Amino acid sequence: MAETHSLQDLRHQAAVAAKVFIQRDYTNGTLCQFQTKFPSELETKIDKQQFEETMRTLNNLYAEAEKLGSQSYVEGCLACLTAYTIFLCIETHYEKVLKKIAKYIQEQNDKVYAPRGLLLTDPLERGLRVIEITIFEDRSLTQ
Amino acid sequence: METPYKKKTPKKRKWETFPGRNKFYCDGRIMMAKQTGVFYLTLVLILVTCGLFFTFDCWFLAEQLTPIIPVIGAVLFLFVIGTLLRTSFSDPGVLPRATPDEAADLERQIDVANGSTGYRPPPRTKEVVINGQTVKLKYCFTCKIFRPPRASHCSLCDNCVERFDHHCPWVGNCVGKRNYRFFYMFILSLSFLTVFIFAFVITHIILNSQRIGFLSALKDSPVVVCFFSVWSIVGLSGFHTYLISSNQTTNEDIKGSWSSKRSKDNYNPYSYGNIFTNCCAALCGPLPPRWLPSGPLYVCMLVATGFAQLDPRVEKKKKPAAFLLRSQYHTDQKEHLVSFCSFPVPFFRLKTHSHHLLIQFQILPSVLFKV
Repeated sequence: MAETHSLQDLRHQAAVAAKVFIQRDYTNGTLCQFQTKFPSELETKIDKQQFEETMRTLNNLYAEAEKLGSQSYVEGCLACLTAYTIFLCIETHYEKVLKKIAKYIQEQNDKVYAPRGLLLTDPLERGLRVIEITIFEDRSLTQ
Repeated sequence: METPYKKKTPKKRKWETFPGRNKFYCDGRIMMAKQTGVFYLTLVLILVTCGLFFTFDCWFLAEQLTPIIPVIGAVLFLFVIGTLLRTSFSDPGVLPRATPDEAADLERQIDVANGSTGYRPPPRTKEVVINGQTVKLKYCFTCKIFRPPRASHCSLCDNCVERFDHHCPWVGNCVGKRNYRFFYMFILSLSFLTVFIFAFVITHIILNSQRIGFLSALKDSPVVVCFFSVWSIVGLSGFHTYLISSNQTTNEDIKGSWSSKRSKDNYNPYSYGNIFTNCCAALCGPLPPRWLPSGPLYVCMLVATGFAQLDPRVEKKKKPAAFLLRSQYHTDQKEHLVSFCSFPVPFFRLKTHSHHLLIQFQILPSVLFKV
């Protein structure tokens, strides 16, 4: 029977059983994309559809952050004209999307991953190199 | 059940425990390489050259030609200093080293791939196909990661840097993904500035030589400090313009990674195809974040107002002082007195043998905001 845990309980009390690392997918160049291949260690923990859905959404969000569009060009030109001092005042499009990503990861952790004893680490803390998924020991947390 | 009392230890910021050979200032906001001596030299050279230009040539040129010349010079100078500081102080795109768990996981994967044997395995590489071109990803033994494409390990800073261009001692930092555009803007504006100064110093000499002869005009003018630097900086700007338009890094160009000499079907998989898109992507593309966070920054915008007036104590004999200062330099009675008052009202007083000129600046704190 699967135990349901809250995110707080996991962080403070559970012991780490294993860690899975989702590496970057470089087939489209240096754009930030992560591999969507389902790791074998998570087979018993979460279903494939859910995991792939999370990965796909994250990849789309990162693609949106790094999109070369009119907004990024306007931002870049404006920044150049002000000798890049404008970065002290406004938040760039990339930073706004990163905040969105952080919120999404938090939400996924709360709703989907923590009840299954898993924890996603924001890849920004690892320099956008890996997504670290921590698998916690499945033990009873009730007294 | 009561939780035992936990003693609150101050949480160390990431930059305080950073393993690379970097120096940090302002609570981690400023990040530089370990050796910064040459950076200070760059700063001094630029300041001295511009200082000499503004002191000796601008008055004459503003009078003889147009007062817009010093204004353009000042704008260029500020842009150069701004972009230089931005390049030197920003994080070039340093990749954090692998956590022990991650390193162990990678080692396990490599052992499985190699078939773990007793002897030391060959250098680790991973092949990836990017836009039809096979690229080898190398394993970094210091950072314990497979380097992303275009990343390289800087031996001076002891970090892996994304889209590593080169380590620039003049700027005191690596040039990588996050600060390449600042670096390019710096060398481009510096080329304009040096060409500008050079051209107008020559103009000054020519105009002066019409009155007092060429040799004495040459003797009069300070040695053209920027003559040799003009060619090297303009050359460097041209080289980097070529690199940007073909979307290559200095590292790749030197190694000839995408050169057609290597093989017939060798091409650059990162290029967008046309020069315009490559330039836009490099200069105006989105700026990736730094993973080393720092606290909130409080920025105080200072407004400086300046005005020049003739000291009314000395009677006026000739034309307004500002434009006559230059002609006094080859007399024995010249005297330049520059003094500073302490904050908040610094002022400059320039005195020549004929009259006084008082230039006063006031710095008014205006806006304090948090970013």
